[in-house]
Amino acid sequence: MTAELALWALVVLPGVVGASLCLTGHRSQRIAAPVSVLTAAAGLALAAVVGAAGPAVEVAFVAGASFGLAVDALSGLVVVTVAAVTLLVLVFAAGDVADGQARFHGLMLLFLAAVLVTATATTLVTLLLAWEVMGAMSYALIGFDWRQRGKPEAGANAFLTTRTADLGLYVAAGAALAGGAGLALADLPAASTGWRHAIAAGVLVAALGKAAQLPFSLWLSRAMEGPSPVSALLHSAAMVAMGGYLLLRTHDLLAATGWAAQAAAWAGALTALLLGAVAVAQRDLKQLLAASTSAQLGFVVLAAGLGAVSAGAAHFAAHAATKALLFLIAGAWLSALGTKQLSALRGAARRWPLVGVTAGVGALALAGVAPLALWATKDEVLAVALEQSPALYVVGLAAAGLSAAYAGKVLLLVWARLPADTEAGYDDKAGFDVEQAGTRRVGWLKQLSLVVLAAGAAVLGALALPPLREPLRGALDDTGSATSTPVELLASAVLALAVLAATAVLLRRRRLPRPAWLAGWLGLGTATQTLVIRPVWWLARALARFDDRVVDRAVEATATRTVDAARRLGDADVRGVDGLVEAVARRTRALGDLARRPQTGQLHEYYVQTVAVLALGAVLLIALG
Amino acid sequence: MLSLLVSFPLVVALGLLAVPRLPDPTARWVWVVSEAVVVLAVAGLWAAYDPDTSGLAFEEQVPWIPGIGSSYHLGVDGLSLPLLALTAVIFAAGAVYALREQQRPRVHAALFLFLQTTCLGLFVAQDLIVFFVFFDLSIVAMYFAIAGWGHGDAARSALKFFLYTFLGSLVLLLGFIGLYVAADPHTFDMVELSAATPLADRPVAGGLVLTAILVGLAVKTPTVPFHTWLPPAHTDASAVGSAVLAAVLLKMGTYGFVRIAMPMLPEAWRAFAWAIIAVGVVSVVYGALVALAQTDVKRMIAYTSVNHMGYVVVAVGAAGLVAADDPQARAVAVSGAITQMVSHGLITGALFLLAGVLYDRAGSYDLASFGGLAAPAPQLATAFALGAFASLGLPGFSGFIAEFQVFTGSIAVAPITAVALVGILVTAALFLNAFQRLFTGPTQGHSTGFTDLRRSELWSVGPLLALTIAIGLLPRPLLEVVEPAARTVVELVGR
Repeated sequence: MTAELALWALVVLPGVVGASLCLTGHRSQRIAAPVSVLTAAAGLALAAVVGAAGPAVEVAFVAGASFGLAVDALSGLVVVTVAAVTLLVLVFAAGDVADGQARFHGLMLLFLAAVLVTATATTLVTLLLAWEVMGAMSYALIGFDWRQRGKPEAGANAFLTTRTADLGLYVAAGAALAGGAGLALADLPAASTGWRHAIAAGVLVAALGKAAQLPFSLWLSRAMEGPSPVSALLHSAAMVAMGGYLLLRTHDLLAATGWAAQAAAWAGALTALLLGAVAVAQRDLKQLLAASTSAQLGFVVLAAGLGAVSAGAAHFAAHAATKALLFLIAGAWLSALGTKQLSALRGAARRWPLVGVTAGVGALALAGVAPLALWATKDEVLAVALEQSPALYVVGLAAAGLSAAYAGKVLLLVWARLPADTEAGYDDKAGFDVEQAGTRRVGWLKQLSLVVLAAGAAVLGALALPPLREPLRGALDDTGSATSTPVELLASAVLALAVLAATAVLLRRRRLPRPAWLAGWLGLGTATQTLVIRPVWWLARALARFDDRVVDRAVEATATRTVDAARRLGDADVRGVDGLVEAVARRTRALGDLARRPQTGQLHEYYVQTVAVLALGAVLLIALG
Repeated sequence: MLSLLVSFPLVVALGLLAVPRLPDPTARWVWVVSEAVVVLAVAGLWAAYDPDTSGLAFEEQVPWIPGIGSSYHLGVDGLSLPLLALTAVIFAAGAVYALREQQRPRVHAALFLFLQTTCLGLFVAQDLIVFFVFFDLSIVAMYFAIAGWGHGDAARSALKFFLYTFLGSLVLLLGFIGLYVAADPHTFDMVELSAATPLADRPVAGGLVLTAILVGLAVKTPTVPFHTWLPPAHTDASAVGSAVLAAVLLKMGTYGFVRIAMPMLPEAWRAFAWAIIAVGVVSVVYGALVALAQTDVKRMIAYTSVNHMGYVVVAVGAAGLVAADDPQARAVAVSGAITQMVSHGLITGALFLLAGVLYDRAGSYDLASFGGLAAPAPQLATAFALGAFASLGLPGFSGFIAEFQVFTGSIAVAPITAVALVGILVTAALFLNAFQRLFTGPTQGHSTGFTDLRRSELWSVGPLLALTIAIGLLPRPLLEVVEPAARTVVELVGR
């Protein structure tokens, strides 16, 4: 099988299988999980093949641009990571026997196809196509439990926010066509200057929206209404991460347009800082992980803005494994205990030891504890930041500290020691079975996927450490940027441990700060309602009223006025014109009556009339003669 | 060949009318079979058509009214062929849907076959009088379709539709007469007028004639502010009537832009380009916002038609901005406009047929009186979801292909048209809102006891959605026909 065929198969196979599962619905309920796991496994194998071979395919599509896919080092890494995480998530989901398995697995596979196209796209139109399909699958999966009020609405919120940001890609496409360089992603930096700014702006907005960076971060919070496997795949490892990927892919374009790289770097850094703080203030485990995702992707965006592609790619891969792991654990506890509130999950890690160990590994990795995944990758990014802008470095370091804080919060709470009787001693306000009936068990399929992901979370930091770092940088053409020195690595390890210790102390004294504005996601929800949603609805209703009462009434009034005018014209016709005709007839008749008057039948009167007429005639003759 | 194609439905219609005692099932199936014949014929035309030859294919010309220079002139090119195919497919879907028609199916079939003749004839007409005859006859046929088989306030809506669009057609006729008078020698032939561009050196006269033609076509399209006949006509028409009205009749207006206005009045068109773009952008944004506020699903879909046709107007307006000196971008815009005509026809036709299912089961289109409909009717939910996402321009459907080209081409030529992107955002909001209110949440109201799609409904809507997806994923077959025609139009407008 040639590599090109493998590339086509990689994107077509999940798409076709996914669509078939969705369309056959309940008829394929039983075979859905095995089929989807097999397809995902095939996808992983194909991803490995194309990652090694690096093929490229192209087919004419639309607007003079082609539908093109290509695998290079960056997309190879992304494709393999995403395929692996998808397989593990689907294995986990197969352990969940629930309604609508066919629809669920179908949508997940369609999503996988869309992500693979996004990661390998070579033209803007290919990218935009897959980008939007990802968003649609996200909507369908967040609102998966459509019978529940609120879940489809949360999905709509997520879809519409990302769609707003996606408009940037449409603008970028138009600007690219005008800029003369065409719609190929690699050629975008070559567009003419004015248009290049527009392209960069469009791409940046779209990427920030998809990666849930500020000011678009709220949708990720709403997306947590979806099932946990969805959160694990779409909203940690794959879809949101594609925002970061896009910026890594187009870092040349950002660099060529000076301001765009700066904007991306600062957007990433500030998001990492602020959303890290938001994460610390969360009480719901999934909300905390969502804020954390946004913050960690801030590091990837920061890396893209700084041009540190290999650091960003390494952090992407490490974060994917770690965050998917943590979300799946949250899902496991949710189905086992019926809650995702941290206060109720106190000590949950001790109940199922294997799950607990993987949770520990995940939390420690998230905190940036050496030698686990996110420790080294974060430092790679920060090293480049230090070289280019100390201010960014300070913000990044603070954000790293905050990530240790929120990861520590999770770690310490779930591993807290409990009194002997586990059900007693719980806070009355947040008990078990609050959100769904817990099954009190975690199946072996779920535990298997958790173990594999935990291994990834432990090991993927190697991508940023000397044995693998240099080959990766070489493959990604990123040999020029700075790397982290052993001193920096040691310092950050110490920082992580110090913050963990501080968090432990604060938690024990229940003094971990929780300001309302952070807990409420920086007030983004209220802001969106007041500034966007309510005005749009008001405008829509006002225009609808205007349409009915003014525009339509004008048309109806024209019609009624025309009928009135016709009636008046009709009256005028009857009274006026016809009246004139009738008057002429009457007058003529009157004249006729008058003309009859001399006919009296009296002979002497006829003589008088004759004499009168003769006299008149004589007078006339004399006068005219 | 073309005359046969155009007159075949009429012959079948006359045959149906001539046999008053024909049993209803036979009448319905006669219609379906004749539609199959038409679809096959158009498919044959498509296969035999060579996009690279310039000029018309399958041309037929016979002198008709020599005193006014009007001949019976038919022909197809890359502009008309996609619309012919659209007409064939939509009417076929309507015929399958109408297999459940209980009210006078024989007369219903005859009327729609007659309507199909007028639609096919208009898209192949190459003479302005022939065009006008079919234009007006289609209005007459649609009037009877709405008044005779509609519901609600059908008589009033039909009358409003008739008077408004008929008045528009008279203004259009004024424009045609203007072209005739200015041409030397006087003629109504489209090919000759496009070649001669009679009002090339008379900006004032050209402007007046173009205004008349634009007003006439704008009423048909419809653009803001001439659109208020559309919502009542759609709400009160039957499912098949609405589908045909939205999918085919509205395209007559936009087809007129690219077939008549742009090639025959290039100088005036270039002068009016910004005004046309403005009207288009307003239609896009206004249509989307007013649709968002609707609580009646058919009225909502009607306003989204205003929005979608607005994209076409923006694109053809942008094609007139020759100063930007970017023929490739302008050709992309026009190609997007034509693709949008086909795409909107397929998608909105499907959506109106699905709305008809709601009325058939529950007698209501009100969004608030349904809920959780996906439980009793999963097939309807899937079909509606596909239609809704197609209509909001999601990639994988033909709407994306069209809107991508429209925006890419228009933004490249006139960056201010990026304002119209708000339209795709608002459309997304309104369709998700409608889908959620109808299908998700607890099952309540009219949703209880709702029967899912029947076979005739599935087999009418299914092929339309399948075609939408086919064009969305594999657009080349359509674009190979459309792109050369778009390039020709752009060249003609640039003279």
